Amino acid sequence: MKPVRADSLDTSADRGRPLIRAHGLSKTYITDSGGVTALKSLDFEIYDGEFVSVIGQSGCGKSTLLKVLAGLLPYTTGSVELNGKPLRGPTPQAAVVFQSPVLLPWRTLLDNVLLPIEFRKLPMASYRQSAADLLEMVGLSDFTQRYPFELSGGMQQRVALVRALVQDPRLLLMDEPFGALDAMTREQMNLELLRIWSHSRKTVIFITHSIAEAVFLSDRVIAMTARPGTIAEVITIDLPRPRALSSINTERFGRYAAKLRSLLDAQGGMF
Amino acid sequence: MTVQAVDRRPVDSRGLAQEARPGVLRRYPQFTISPAILVALLVAWWFATDVLDTPPYIVPPPQDVLRAALGGLSRSPWDKASYWYHASITVWEAVLGFAIGSALGALLGLVLSHWPILGKSWYPYIVGFQSLPKVALAPLMVVWFGFGLEGKVFISAIIAFFPVLVNMMAGYQAVEPERIELARSCNASELDLLTKIIIPSCLPFLFAGLGVASVLSILGAVVGEFVGASAGLGMLLMQYNQAMEISPMFAVILLLGVIGFLMNYAVGLVERRYCFWAQRANAVARTVWVRP
Repeated sequence: MKPVRADSLDTSADRGRPLIRAHGLSKTYITDSGGVTALKSLDFEIYDGEFVSVIGQSGCGKSTLLKVLAGLLPYTTGSVELNGKPLRGPTPQAAVVFQSPVLLPWRTLLDNVLLPIEFRKLPMASYRQSAADLLEMVGLSDFTQRYPFELSGGMQQRVALVRALVQDPRLLLMDEPFGALDAMTREQMNLELLRIWSHSRKTVIFITHSIAEAVFLSDRVIAMTARPGTIAEVITIDLPRPRALSSINTERFGRYAAKLRSLLDAQGGMF
Repeated sequence: MTVQAVDRRPVDSRGLAQEARPGVLRRYPQFTISPAILVALLVAWWFATDVLDTPPYIVPPPQDVLRAALGGLSRSPWDKASYWYHASITVWEAVLGFAIGSALGALLGLVLSHWPILGKSWYPYIVGFQSLPKVALAPLMVVWFGFGLEGKVFISAIIAFFPVLVNMMAGYQAVEPERIELARSCNASELDLLTKIIIPSCLPFLFAGLGVASVLSILGAVVGEFVGASAGLGMLLMQYNQAMEISPMFAVILLLGVIGFLMNYAVGLVERRYCFWAQRANAVARTVWVRP
């Protein structure tokens, strides 16, 4: 399928200046047996305050895309601009939430949350309060001096989210953050994420392989083709906010989910 | 007749079976079962000598060994015939060797892992040197350093070095790549990456190496004393051996075992202090559900 420009599908009115603008973005991994093209000429724009999910089969390059946007992986060709400036390596404007919580077991929750502040050599005293506030917001204020192994998986991933938010980034990059959680916890985390997002109005790029999750959370969903990853289609999810779990049962939700499924099924392979 | 399992667990007011508290044997095997094993071994020993009549120059009876041990230990530490005097020398050699060998092993392990070009270029020599029987170097130590402390510390350090080096390199390899990505995504400096992510992540491996090294360092010191020394438990062993005094030999060997145990225990104490998180996580995973 030919890559489709994201903004050409966008029917809504002016969204202001894009926070991320990618043009002809490609990533080829060099391996012993030659090169593997993970991403091939991606064009998209993501606007300030938007919640955008990226969905695709495993191996379609969606995690690669996230690492490129995080500045953790250099891209091969094309250009990526973050807030109008070319992206060169990690920046304080973007924070990553990984698939696993990646908490350091020798640090208390509070010290885990403050780790990015330490790494960025920011004044610790001015962030302690916001770290405590954020931990309270996710219901973990009683656990600030506990260690990660004393927490459940869902609680650990909440700490990981708080650790990303404490830096007050403009952009949250989330790589299947709830993929390892059970279905019930996952729904709770989705609701909590929406609540936090609606308060903070961060821009979120959310990698997932769950169609329901993508539709439930997002303003727009970027569906990717199988390898090499290109953009199959960008779908605007025009569901009212705030969204509740009951909106999953609405007919419009079902139509979006069916549309995404047919797009992903068209890529062949199992999904 | 069918046998039916009956749940005999005590039931609380809500009719729910209470989780049984594990018995004293399960909670403190080191204070209950371990002493019982010791008693059983002593009885077997006594049985072998007293009842089976094994000649005392092969296996001396336990009471003779105990008498020799008490004789050696009851003297003042400044008496050159006392075990305390010789043990303090051997322990000092072993502790110095352990400290030097494991510090170098940990440091070199970190350097070789962090700069892969160094690691790859040095690897064949490290494997080659590791496969050398290090004790074969002991006679050379006498030539290099004479009968003093240095030779024993040197051999002890070389023997302690490798388990720490190897474990440190294994620990570095085992650092979760996502921890490094997390640090990089926060623009962590190279020094912060090393001191706040990589080195703490390596600690469980490092302590496994240190535990092995602590015991091996005593081996190094004793072997060093075998080939030439004026004092130390290893030298004492050689003297008793030449005089065919078997009971004190056994006493010294047992004393060496106790010293090795204590050194390993000391490493364990430090590990519990600095690596509690790895042990706690393991303990949670290994929690055994006790059936009454």
